[in-house]
Amino acid sequence: MMEMDWYLGLSAVLFTIGVIGVLTRKNAIVIFMCAELMLNSVNLTLVSFSAQLGDVHGQILVFFALCVAAAEAAVGLAIIIAIYRNNLTVDVTKINLLRW
Amino acid sequence: MDAYVHLVPWIVLIPLAGFLFNGLLGMASGTFREQKNLIGGVATLAVFIPFLLALWLFFAMSGDSDAATVSLFTWIEAGSFTTDIGYRLDQLSLLMTLVVTGVGALIHLYAIGYMAGDEGFWKFFAFMNLFIFAMLNLVLADNMLLLFLGWEGVGLCSYLLIGFWYTDMAKSDAAKKAFMYNRVGDFAFLIAMFMIFQIVGSLRFEDILSGTGLFTTDQVFIIGLLILIGATGKSAQIPLFVWLPDAMAGPTPVSALIHAATMVTSGIYVISRLSPFFMQSPELMLFVAVIGAFTAVVAATIALTKYDIKAVLAYSTVSQLGFMFLALGSGAYVAAMFHVVTHAFFKACLFLGSGSVIHAMHHVEHKLHEEGKHVHFDAQDMRYMGGLRKYLPHTYKTFLIATIAIAGIPPLAGFFSKDEILVMTFNAGMGTYGAVYIGLWAIALITAFMTAFYMFRLTLGTFHGEFRLPQKFSEAKGAEEHLHESPVTMTSVLWVLAALSIVGGFIGIPNFVVATFTGTADVNLLSNWLDRTTMDADLTLSKLVEWFLLFGSVLVAAAGIFVAYRLYEGDQLEASDARISERFGAMYQVWSDKYKIDEIYEGAIVRPTVRFSERVLDVFDKKGIDGFVNFIAAAVRFTGGVVRYFQTGMIQSYAYGIVLGVILVIYMLLFR
Amino acid sequence: MESANELLTILPLIIIGAAGLFVMMLDAFTGSARLAYLATILFSAAALAVAVSDLFGPMGESFHGLITYGGTSSFGMVLVMTGTLFSVILSRDYLEKTGMHIAEVYSMILFAAFGMLLLVSSNNLVTLFLGIETMSISLYVLAGLVKNHKKSVEAALKYFLLGAFATGFLLYGIALLYGASGSTFLVDIAATEDKGMIYWAGVGLLLVGFFFKISAVPFHMWTPDVYQGAPTTITAFMATASKAAAFVAFILVLSRALPDARADWSDVIWLFALLTMVVGNILALVQDNVKRMLAYSSIAHAGYIMIGLAAGTDAAYSAVLFYLFAYTLMNIGAFGIVAYYEWHKGYDFTEVSNYSGLGFKQPIMGVLMSVFLFSMVGIPPFAGFIGKYRVFAAAVDEGLISLVIVGVLASAASVYYYLRVLVHLFMKESENGIVLSRPGTLYTASLLILAALTIFFGINPGVLTDLLGSFWTVQY
Repeated sequence: MMEMDWYLGLSAVLFTIGVIGVLTRKNAIVIFMCAELMLNSVNLTLVSFSAQLGDVHGQILVFFALCVAAAEAAVGLAIIIAIYRNNLTVDVTKINLLRW
Repeated sequence: MDAYVHLVPWIVLIPLAGFLFNGLLGMASGTFREQKNLIGGVATLAVFIPFLLALWLFFAMSGDSDAATVSLFTWIEAGSFTTDIGYRLDQLSLLMTLVVTGVGALIHLYAIGYMAGDEGFWKFFAFMNLFIFAMLNLVLADNMLLLFLGWEGVGLCSYLLIGFWYTDMAKSDAAKKAFMYNRVGDFAFLIAMFMIFQIVGSLRFEDILSGTGLFTTDQVFIIGLLILIGATGKSAQIPLFVWLPDAMAGPTPVSALIHAATMVTSGIYVISRLSPFFMQSPELMLFVAVIGAFTAVVAATIALTKYDIKAVLAYSTVSQLGFMFLALGSGAYVAAMFHVVTHAFFKACLFLGSGSVIHAMHHVEHKLHEEGKHVHFDAQDMRYMGGLRKYLPHTYKTFLIATIAIAGIPPLAGFFSKDEILVMTFNAGMGTYGAVYIGLWAIALITAFMTAFYMFRLTLGTFHGEFRLPQKFSEAKGAEEHLHESPVTMTSVLWVLAALSIVGGFIGIPNFVVATFTGTADVNLLSNWLDRTTMDADLTLSKLVEWFLLFGSVLVAAAGIFVAYRLYEGDQLEASDARISERFGAMYQVWSDKYKIDEIYEGAIVRPTVRFSERVLDVFDKKGIDGFVNFIAAAVRFTGGVVRYFQTGMIQSYAYGIVLGVILVIYMLLFR
Repeated sequence: MESANELLTILPLIIIGAAGLFVMMLDAFTGSARLAYLATILFSAAALAVAVSDLFGPMGESFHGLITYGGTSSFGMVLVMTGTLFSVILSRDYLEKTGMHIAEVYSMILFAAFGMLLLVSSNNLVTLFLGIETMSISLYVLAGLVKNHKKSVEAALKYFLLGAFATGFLLYGIALLYGASGSTFLVDIAATEDKGMIYWAGVGLLLVGFFFKISAVPFHMWTPDVYQGAPTTITAFMATASKAAAFVAFILVLSRALPDARADWSDVIWLFALLTMVVGNILALVQDNVKRMLAYSSIAHAGYIMIGLAAGTDAAYSAVLFYLFAYTLMNIGAFGIVAYYEWHKGYDFTEVSNYSGLGFKQPIMGVLMSVFLFSMVGIPPFAGFIGKYRVFAAAVDEGLISLVIVGVLASAASVYYYLRVLVHLFMKESENGIVLSRPGTLYTASLLILAALTIFFGINPGVLTDLLGSFWTVQY
């Protein structure tokens, strides 16, 4: 049981690092990487639970999550390229035409 | 009554058919729009036929008939809760139906002449029929939800009709103002409806009225107060009355129909409908009475100072509606309904008469312009009138009759209904909170004096003396030859309404008048008619006191007329006003500034928020506000102006919002 | 044998999935947007028809409990397909006139719709997650459709980054719930006995995931920017189909996975419903851009709908479903008319002042706009009123009176901003010499149908309410 808490703790720390990264970084690509970090930390949680429960569903979900992350990366990078073409920057603090 | 109740849906649906006919054909075809006689004829018939049906029902029905309901189809069904599109035929709803369709048909007829030159003729009549349809739904509904549908509908139609000449900014502002003030009341009404539903489990009047015992006194007070707020919005009482005078910007037939005879009385109708409910809380009744009495006197004092003839009539309407609320609060539901009926007659007559005057004055202005004389004046301003009786004889005579009726001189209609209200208020002075009611009675008596006074000021200023326009503008010499009487379709309507103003009071002759001579009497037709639908307070006064009160009210009315005659006969309008203004000083200024209510709302609530936000936060963009007075929206806009700055456009501030929400959710679930 | 029958339970999913692939191929081989458009309409209509007929069919589970069908799920499919079909019909004219008509739009719409259909029929957190993500990723692409327009691309970026961020929380919630209950099936989660910290954290994060999708305050901030920046008919699609799908899935989760915890989540939803109504309405009041105003208005509507969720009774759920239906009809309609006005001047012609005097130039469009806006205000006899009324009534039954009072007051204030559009349309003088062309027949017809349905279900909601009420008499 002790071991379990370590895994969960590690993934929670990673998740938090991801959240803080999203909140503080300015480069769209880095923000996206931090969001990916959040997903992957959750994958760690899922795998640990799966191992603890002796149940395979958690691992299946991890594979789906990886697929989703890959698809998100494909779409996301395309969007970021489009942003760069239009604004010549990927600094999210400079992209605020839409507001209020 | 069950045998006839199947007629009721037709009463409601025929005006709808009229609306669809004129509305759809008018939208579709340009040539149809030119067929003004057809359009006006169909629209008038669409109101007149329901009137005939209602009349037939009236003769088929007697005072002790039971209420009957008819359901068209189930509207909303959710578990145990069902609401039908259903109509309730009883003495009260039939009385209102007769007034709405009868006066409505006359005003439609009048409007054919009045609106003849207007481009949007078809639209006007389509909306008028739609209004009648909504109003009939309101008075005939057998449940509160359908009543609310009508309630919203009349508000919407009034909005459409006030803003009828929408190219004029002031008019569309007035329309918006009317709509917004009404909405404030409507939502109070909606909340009351939810609370009633929660307690009774039904919104049918049958169930509500038989379930009055389910409410605690506090609940009655709160729900009643909410309904009262709704009613003050619709019926233009303190504190929501300011929209009605502005609503006079609409065409005159609209003022006569919606803002004098029908829509504005719907608040009174609703409270009468729920009379057994309201009677349970003396405090609530007192509240209604106080609002009524104060509205009556405040509006009357404002009316003393106005020169715009429609404005005088508008404030007079507010004041008379105050009388009706006073009657409701005194437990005199029959008297209130009585005044609704007589007021519909004489006030419609007065408004249509003023329409005739304005019509004539516009014509004069138009003719002068044709002659190349550029004289500009306000066609509704009394100061440019005077002496019109020579040129508009029919208008003058009918206007005078209606004025005498509203002043309260026997045996005209207004006398009986107003006297009954005064008597019943005095009567309420014998019961709980008696001293307050006696005070309200005194206020009402003073108001009755002022009513006679300002109405004769209006009549004398408009029709007596010399035509003042040529005195004001040297160019306008000889302008009186352009004055002409309105066409016969319009004057005949005036005569019908004048006749009703004379005889209308006989439906409610007080019993004691006859009983003094014969011992007992049963001559008050209206009271017998409404016996089963409203729950009136008992009359405990002795005959002597009643006679005393009766003579008192006649005396007061006569005194008002006498003073007005002394002051205003013979072109003394402005001179006398100046003297009154001198005598009353600051008080007169307050009256003439309409108690600064608009300014108070504007100054205390709207402007500070706007100024504060402009200066401190530079929030309001220049084009932002359409300049309409709505303190709720303005206050909320101010908050919105601040809150919107959280929406910075930066992705990360949005992410912060999300994290904040996450913390809140987790906190609520984990650390309760 | 059994598996063939099981395929029938997800027939709309199969149709739309196949359609998405087919349209994509069509694009690759012919490049014809017109063909893609026709194929999309045909497939969507077929899926809608199947979903409607499923409404009257049996309810149950298939694919070993991964999928739920019939009843609420079928109604969710009807909502999604209604939204999809009408957005597609309205899209062609709008996209052609603004020069964005490419076949890919339709395949992306179909893929998004596929995700939504999966979402409303999910009986398991894995399918739920897949549904949400398939929907979202397709919508990111659609938001950035105009790839050389700054606002559109900005909308896509914001939607994407915040969506990915919210996905993290959602997935974390799913993982924790899985850990606490040992299963991803909704029914098994309901049977969790040990409700410890992990369980509650999981529930909380799952709620957060849904709050983001239904744009509850303070998770709403992406909504106005994305709705304003995206092409208008795409906005219509996002505002109706994706929101309805998220709400239906939310109902499934609340009623199946978390029925015992109702007292707890009800308080949370209560608070966020309050915030959503108040902030949504207040911010809608200060908007001068009609699209943005409609975005905030959709947030406000989400708040009213959440009142029903907070009540959490069967009657409330069925009221919410009705509300969603009314909401879908009137929102597509309103956005459709915004799109119509917009295409005459090009992208961004959506300031309320632009609308001055347009109402009478094509009266039918002005009248239709009035119908949709009055329905949104909640004035009888339109469907919006019935929806609001039933949700409020169900909440009053549960004693949420203060929340209902706030809701009623908030909708009182909402009159201002809806009315303002109509005032500009009908009561202001036209400043710009804009000439409105006649909209296409199909365009007008579909708007007319939406308006007719709005009025029909306002006058005679019984047909639908009976059906919706029957969903909840069957217990799982």
